[in-house]
Amino acid sequence: MKISRGRPLLFTTLSLFVLSGCAVLKLSVMNHAGPIAASQWHLYVIVGIVLVFVAGPVLLLTPLIAWHYRLTNKHSAFRPTWNFSWTLEGFIWIPPIGIVIGLSFILWHYTHTLDPYRPIASNEPTLEVQAVALDWKWLIIYPDQRIAAVGQMVIPVGRPVHIRLTSGTAMQSLLIPQLAGQIYAMGGMTTQLNLAAARPGVYRGENTQYNGTGFQNEKLDVIALSAADYDRWVARTRASAHPLDAATLAELYRKSSQPQPLFYSSVPQHLFQHILAQAKEPRS
Amino acid sequence: MNEGIWPAVLGRFTWHALPFVRAWEDPNASEIIGAGAASMVVIGTVFLVVLITGLRKWRYVWSEWLTSLDHKKIGIMYIVLAFVMLTRALIEGVLMRMQQAAAINHPGFLSPDHFGQLFSTHGTIMIFFMAMPFLAGVLNYVMPLQIGSRDVAFPLLNSVSLWLTGGAAGLVMASLVVGKFSTGGWSGYPPYTELAFSPDVGPDYWIWAVTLGSIGSTLTGINFAVTIYKMRCPGMQLMRMPLFVWTTLCTSILMIFAMPPLTVATAMLALDRYLGFHFFTNDLGGNMMNYANLFWLFGHPEVYILILPAFGVYSEVISTFSSKELYGYTSLVLATAAIAILSFTVWVHHFFTMGQSANLNAAFGIATMTIGVPTGVKIYDWIWTMFRGQVRFTVPMLYSLAFMMTFVLGGFTGILLAFPPLDYLVHNTLFLVAHFHNMLIPGLLYGMLAGYHYWFPKAFGFRLNEKWGRIAFSCWVFGFYLAFMPLYVLGAAGMARRTQEIFEPAFRPWLYVAGLGALVLFCALASLFVQLWVSIRERNVNGVFAGDPWDGRGLEWSTSAPPPDYNYAVIPRVHNRDPFFDGKRTDDPYAAPASYEDIELPKNSRTGPVLGVAGGIAAFGLVWHMWWLAIIGVLTVVATVIARSFAREVHRIIPADEVERTEQRWLRAVAEATPIPREIEMTSANQGLADPRE
Repeated sequence: MKISRGRPLLFTTLSLFVLSGCAVLKLSVMNHAGPIAASQWHLYVIVGIVLVFVAGPVLLLTPLIAWHYRLTNKHSAFRPTWNFSWTLEGFIWIPPIGIVIGLSFILWHYTHTLDPYRPIASNEPTLEVQAVALDWKWLIIYPDQRIAAVGQMVIPVGRPVHIRLTSGTAMQSLLIPQLAGQIYAMGGMTTQLNLAAARPGVYRGENTQYNGTGFQNEKLDVIALSAADYDRWVARTRASAHPLDAATLAELYRKSSQPQPLFYSSVPQHLFQHILAQAKEPRS
Repeated sequence: MNEGIWPAVLGRFTWHALPFVRAWEDPNASEIIGAGAASMVVIGTVFLVVLITGLRKWRYVWSEWLTSLDHKKIGIMYIVLAFVMLTRALIEGVLMRMQQAAAINHPGFLSPDHFGQLFSTHGTIMIFFMAMPFLAGVLNYVMPLQIGSRDVAFPLLNSVSLWLTGGAAGLVMASLVVGKFSTGGWSGYPPYTELAFSPDVGPDYWIWAVTLGSIGSTLTGINFAVTIYKMRCPGMQLMRMPLFVWTTLCTSILMIFAMPPLTVATAMLALDRYLGFHFFTNDLGGNMMNYANLFWLFGHPEVYILILPAFGVYSEVISTFSSKELYGYTSLVLATAAIAILSFTVWVHHFFTMGQSANLNAAFGIATMTIGVPTGVKIYDWIWTMFRGQVRFTVPMLYSLAFMMTFVLGGFTGILLAFPPLDYLVHNTLFLVAHFHNMLIPGLLYGMLAGYHYWFPKAFGFRLNEKWGRIAFSCWVFGFYLAFMPLYVLGAAGMARRTQEIFEPAFRPWLYVAGLGALVLFCALASLFVQLWVSIRERNVNGVFAGDPWDGRGLEWSTSAPPPDYNYAVIPRVHNRDPFFDGKRTDDPYAAPASYEDIELPKNSRTGPVLGVAGGIAAFGLVWHMWWLAIIGVLTVVATVIARSFAREVHRIIPADEVERTEQRWLRAVAEATPIPREIEMTSANQGLADPRE
């Protein structure tokens, strides 16, 4: 048998294509890096398996029956006035209702355990973080450490993180697929998100709610560090960078993309509450 | 233009509102594409005007079409509008896919602002000006015929609905040539669409186009529901109605209840933008959550407004092309009604991520899964309809089969999304985009295309070309899988929707495949146009004037193709669910009646076109703050409505002898036609007369 020369090349290209295609899943919840995302992935798998049994019969029966009862098949039965059967009716209605009832229990349970507002049980103290959605950047405030960052959120591995979110502009939504699901950030209102990282790494966060021409640039690197590294980062940030004063804040409020992360050595007290209140005041 | 009288005359208009000027001053790819699209609108309009003038057809177009109150012509005009808008919105979809494939760590060829307008117009058009007119057109054409009626309950209102939709679609087209469209997406979420964040004309175009369109749809819903309740022929009890009529009824009821929240939401947003109200702003007590609730109180029933008519089409198509009674008619009716009611109980699943309590999210998640039960029942009913039938793989049947298998995958991901914790992960990502295209392309587009192929011979008297129909079908199906399956993967990996530039090289292969799929979908649309062209050329070979090319079951097949203005010379009387199918087998359905009578039909009216155009002009004036133009438009609307109320001669009479001539011409054609068995229905031997022997 003659093997053409093009074929191995084609094969290599194709397999490279498939491999690079699978690389994308490393960014997804499949490659979860914390307890919340891990639990969400388990739920995916459970529901997915159940649904295979729901969709499967339709995917099999539709082509089989259509083909078997084709006009040109003279060996198939033809009952043009047959239009009802209580047995079939039972099979059509009862199992789907049963499956939905079963899934409802799963849904109720997981919706409550994975409620983004529910604190994560842990022996470690919870880290309080405040996230402010701006155009087109995320301002991350650490109220207890009195520091802040833009475009980067550094968290310690193993400690629960409790994020309060609001928006200084239009509505946005914060999603970090490898750590937790998303929640909206809305002006004048606070929402909450609990998450934790189980291993060190850089996880991509982003705004998923369109908010203008800089939307595509609005990413947030979430960096999970070991406890010691995290403490060093806090100390370094406190020591080296600029304070977040009124002028700097006004600058952040202006519409712009921020390609490099920024760090602030101190923030005014109650900055988050101030931003919340400001959103509700009449715009000049 | 900023001095003297000009601001009062031109409002917010400046030369930079014209894409040609922008492209001239800054000739980059994005602006040139914008100017190109604008020229297409201008050239298309000029070409159409010149063509009609050159052929001296203005009188014909005006009196036979634009002012007609005939439900069949109104239906056809709706579908023409749907195809025009489908062409634009599909090209926009292809452009977005090309941009994303090209823009991996590179700005691509579309500016962020242009990209924002594209996804907003694509969604707005596909829902309000492609899907809604398409289904309104099919409903208009088919439903009165199926219930044995000569027209709808309110023929003038029908024309008004069409023209309001037309005026709104015209406004969206105008936004290509003058100014810019909204970048707030098809759902127009504030506060982004408020003056504080989008001060330009874009959201105003969106608001007024959607408002006009939603009023038209509300009126359509009222009209169709009343028609079905009051205009059925003798003997057609509710449980004898064809399933398509049942789905039309449920869709109409949904329109009546679901459209007003949308009109209210857009009106409140307009009050915010024009008169300084603060319904949905961040400040002064406004709250965008109210908008989200109002919008999706419309938005979720809307999904079923779009899908139910297609379910009706599939019920007709599968039964006809299996030569078999519909399995589980009562089940299907109950399931349809259940879907219609449940559709009002699930709207919160569009914003599980807005921070409400777990109890609330769980309740709405469970309600969402519940809808899956009646939907699944319908799929199985169609499968058992084919069971022990004689299935013919015609184009409408192919669409139906592709629908069942594809829709079930959309249902699969829909149940995943119904789980709030899973929705948190993929909300606002391409996973969601893939899901709703996975529902609406098979659940609406395939259904409407199946209906188009199925009833086209009825409407125009000749069959559509089979080969090109199959080519188009293959492209729609392969194109769909190529274009949208990769989006599930990308969405699961966290790629946000509406992204103009991508910074993740791992997304590349999937975006390439999706881009290829978009091109295949473009070929699918092109094939449909080729098919239409080829079919018109060979219309004499494929004529089916006798009116029954598929061995049809319902009343609509018992009249000529195309049907006469009055549909039925004698109003039929029915005794069962498949009156024509059974009639052919027990009786002679083509027997001439003893005598004919004069028939009264609604007279043409200018009211519809005047209201639509004046409404569109008023909206245009409001968008550009040309107050004088808005006032003229509104006054014209009011004056027209008052003037119409003085019109006394609103009917015309078709004399009995003219009816007799028309009927005899048809009955002669029936007598001369050769009855054909089902094996050769896809060939030119099909003259529209079915051989009822088995």
